[in-house]
Amino acid sequence: MENEILIETKDLVKIYPMGRHEIVALNKVNLVFRKGEFAGLVGPSGSGKTTLLNIVGSLDSPTSGSAVVLGKKVEELSPKEAARLRNENIGFIFQTFNLLPYYTAYENVEFPLLLLKIPASERKRRVMQALEWVRLADRANSRPAQLSGGECQRVAIARAIVKEPAIILADEPTANLDAENSHNILQIMAGLNRQLRTTFIFATHDDKVISYLRRKITLFDGRVVRDEIIEQERKIDENSPVREARIFK
Amino acid sequence: MKLYFKLALRNLLAAGLRTWLNVIVLSFAFVAIIWSQGLYRGMSRYAAQAMTEVELGGGQYWHENYDPYNPLTLQEAHGPVPEPLAQLIQEGRALAILIVQGTLYPRGRFFPVLIKGIDPRQQILLFPSRYLENEQSEEIPAVIGSRMASTCGLKIGDTVTLRWRDKRGAFDARDLRIVHVMKTSVQSVDQGQVWISLDLLRKLTGLEGEATVITLAKGVNFNEAVPGWSYKSLDFLLRDIDEVVRSKTIGASIIYIILLSLAMLAIFDTQVLSIWRRRKEIGTLMALGMTRAQVIKLFTIEGAMHAVLAAAVAALYGLPLLSFFARKGLGMPQVVDSYGFALGERIFPAYSAGLVISTVILIMVMTTIVSFLPTRRIAKLKPTEALRGRIT
Repeated sequence: MENEILIETKDLVKIYPMGRHEIVALNKVNLVFRKGEFAGLVGPSGSGKTTLLNIVGSLDSPTSGSAVVLGKKVEELSPKEAARLRNENIGFIFQTFNLLPYYTAYENVEFPLLLLKIPASERKRRVMQALEWVRLADRANSRPAQLSGGECQRVAIARAIVKEPAIILADEPTANLDAENSHNILQIMAGLNRQLRTTFIFATHDDKVISYLRRKITLFDGRVVRDEIIEQERKIDENSPVREARIFK
Repeated sequence: MKLYFKLALRNLLAAGLRTWLNVIVLSFAFVAIIWSQGLYRGMSRYAAQAMTEVELGGGQYWHENYDPYNPLTLQEAHGPVPEPLAQLIQEGRALAILIVQGTLYPRGRFFPVLIKGIDPRQQILLFPSRYLENEQSEEIPAVIGSRMASTCGLKIGDTVTLRWRDKRGAFDARDLRIVHVMKTSVQSVDQGQVWISLDLLRKLTGLEGEATVITLAKGVNFNEAVPGWSYKSLDFLLRDIDEVVRSKTIGASIIYIILLSLAMLAIFDTQVLSIWRRRKEIGTLMALGMTRAQVIKLFTIEGAMHAVLAAAVAALYGLPLLSFFARKGLGMPQVVDSYGFALGERIFPAYSAGLVISTVILIMVMTTIVSFLPTRRIAKLKPTEALRGRIT
C-alpha cells in the first residue's frame, strides 16, 4: 500500500530521571510516518531527536503515550519481541558506524541475515547486492580498520538495507564524514529510498542531510514545533548502481 | 547454536594475544591435572601390583586374633590351618605364613622384629623364599629386606642372635645367618621383619601345623566362611594404599588448583574487560536484533571457548610430553620410601580416557561458569546506553 502508515506516535512522552530532577526528552509527540518517506527529525542537541528514534526503533520504551510501529505497540513489547521487530523490520545507521570491528565488510553486512537464518546461497547473493549498491563490492574482504569513514558508513548502510527492512533509522549518519562523503552516502540512501520504497527517518542537524529530506520535522525541547513537506526534490546520481538495482524479491 | 560458536570463535581469535595468554595458562592446567593425576594413578597401580605379587596374592585369610596394627595380639594370633584352607595349600593354591614376635641382637643392640615363616618352595608370591631351602646348618637361614639390613647394619653371611618365645611363653634363642638381602619396593615385607622357613619356625615355636595368615594365589576364587578365620579381600587389603594415594593426590591438586585459579581469574578478568570495552558492540548487536539473552549466550560461549582452544593447545604439546613420561617413567627420589607403600625407582604415569574426559569436562564447566558470571551485567544493560558506550 502506497500510503500505508508504518509508524504512529500518540502523546508520546519520555522522561529521564537525572538525580533528583527529571528531564522531559519528549513531550506529547504526535507523528505519523508512511511507507516510502524520506523524513528527518531536526533540531538542536537535546531536542529529543535520538530519543524519538530510539523509541520508534524499539530500543527504548516511552514513559507514557504510545508508539505503534508496524502495528505493534512498542511500549507493550517484551525485550524478545522488540528484538524480533528490530531484527526483521528495522535497520539502523549510526553516527559512529558501529561496525563489528573483527568482521570484514562482507561479514558485517551478512550479520543481520545470519540472525534471520537466511540460507547461505541467498545470504551471499543479498550481501553482494547490498555491497554493490553502496559501491563496495570490491572491498568486501576489508575490515573496518582498513576502510575510510565514508566507506564504513556505506558498509553500515548496506548492513541496514540488506534485510529489506520496512524502516531505516539513521542517527546523525553524516556527523563523522566530510562533505563529499556525506553527499555520497545521502545519494545512496535517497536512491535506495526511491528504488526500494524503504522509509528513512533521520535524526540530524546537518544541513547537507536536511537538503535531501522530503519531510522535515523540527523538534525543540521534546516537542514537535514544525512538520513540513519539502516539495523540491534533489536529483539522485544517475550513475549510482542503485539506479539499476532491482528489488530483492 | 552453530552461529554462536562461529561468532564466538571469530571474536576470540580476533582478540589475539589476550586470548592466547589465557589459553596457554589454561592449557598448563589441563596438562598439570592430567599429568599429576596420571602419576598418582600410576603410583597406585604400581603399589597395588607390587603388593599383590609380593605379599597379598589374591586375598588372605587372617586368624581371628590377628591384627597387623597391634603386635600384642601376635602371641595369640595363630591356629591350626583349617581343612578347606589346608586343602588349598596342598594344591599349591594357597600359602601359610606364621608370624611370631622376636628380638634380633645385631652388634650388641636389640631390635624387636616379626619373625615370619614361609614355605621355601612356594610359587604363589614373588618372594625370594627359595634362599631358605636346603640350608644344612645350626644357624637359622634367614632372608631380610634391604631396609632392614640397612637399619640393623646386616649383610649376607652375617650371623646374629635371634630370640623368640615358644608356644608356652618360654624364651629361646639361636644364631641366625643372613642368606639373602632382598631389594623390594614393598616395605611391608621388609622393615622390622625376618623371614625364615615355615617348617623351621613351627619347630622352633612348637606351633606345628599352625599359621597366622593364609595367602591365596592370584585368581583363586575362594572366600567361604572358615570358623576362626576371617577372609580379607584384595580390595580390603589394598584400601590403605588407595587412602594414601588419595591423600597424596589431594596434596598435589593444590598445584593445579592454583594454575586453574589463575586461568579462571584471567578469563574472568578478560570477560569483565571485554564487556566494558565492547559495550558499544553489545548495543549494536541488540540494535541488529539480538536479545540480551542471546548476547549473554554469545559472550559466555566466547569465554568458554577458551577451554576448547586450551584443550587443543594442551593436546599439541601435552600429548608428546605425557606419552614421553608414560614410556620413560619418572625417577622417584629416595624420600618416597617414607610414603608408606610400595614405590618403584621409576613411576610410570597411567592415563585413561576417563581421566582425560573428566579433566576436560571439569575445566569446560568451570570456564563456562566463570565466563557466564560477568555477562550477567549485560542483562541489566539498556541498548540505548550501550550504543552510547555507557554501562548502566
